[in-house]
Amino acid sequence: MAISFDKALGIHEAALRVRTQRAEVLASNLANVETPGYQARDIDFRDMLQQHQKDSASTIPMQNHSRNYGAEPSVTHQNHIPLQGFSREYSTEPELKYYQPNQASLDGNTVEAHEEHAKFMQNAMDFQASFTLLNKKFTGLSKALKGE
Amino acid sequence: MNLSRIFDIAGSGMTAQSVRMNTVASNLANAQTSASSEAEAYKAKQAVFQTVQHEADGQYSESAKGVEVVDIVESNAPADKRYEPDHPDADGEGYVYYSNVNVVEEMANMIAASKAFNAEVEVMNTTKSMLQRVLTLGQG
Repeated sequence: MAISFDKALGIHEAALRVRTQRAEVLASNLANVETPGYQARDIDFRDMLQQHQKDSASTIPMQNHSRNYGAEPSVTHQNHIPLQGFSREYSTEPELKYYQPNQASLDGNTVEAHEEHAKFMQNAMDFQASFTLLNKKFTGLSKALKGE
Repeated sequence: MNLSRIFDIAGSGMTAQSVRMNTVASNLANAQTSASSEAEAYKAKQAVFQTVQHEADGQYSESAKGVEVVDIVESNAPADKRYEPDHPDADGEGYVYYSNVNVVEEMANMIAASKAFNAEVEVMNTTKSMLQRVLTLGQG
């Protein structure tokens, strides 16, 4: 029986990655708070979650991956055991969405600093939550391995 | 996992805001600078911001976008022309040309720049604590 880290860690690892990407997008918005014509962007967590569930439901063969990370393991001999727990899609860039500003500014900038601040903080909290859950998974795994 | 890229983004914002702060400082320092002709008079300077694509490992990321100062433009508002025949800078007709800096505008600019700078610092601090937490993964 092969240990699949994908299954053991559940959704938290992917969630943590999305939080990181969202932090990046929100930081970009905050950096461009005074850039004329800049349009604020965001990641829709619900969309990413649905995408992830769709991806993990259908087992995609390694060859179909959009991005290739180094050598791909493949079965070339009848005695080869197919590699499990490695079938996670290394998702490329997330889909970014623009939103309508509450108060549009004359220079075309749609960043609303206070909202971005609130979102950044909330995202940091969500990150901590995902992190804690992921950490618990690791604790559980090591407990199981030690067999105490 | 690319939290460290946020430091670059926030850093670019801090650099841009400090350039803007510099122009405000120059403008305020030269608010009362006099000259003997319209062309010689000090002109208020403004930094122009533009979004810049962040490059990492030779490829551009769609989600990471910093900011940079692409240009510093001079205001073309007319110089403040005052009749002061006794002034050493007075021209043939007795006029002295003062800078076209609008002090109230500059003060507002200064506050905006400082607020934006503080926001970047906060982003960096939050990211730092996120990264520090990641370093403790699997330790307890």
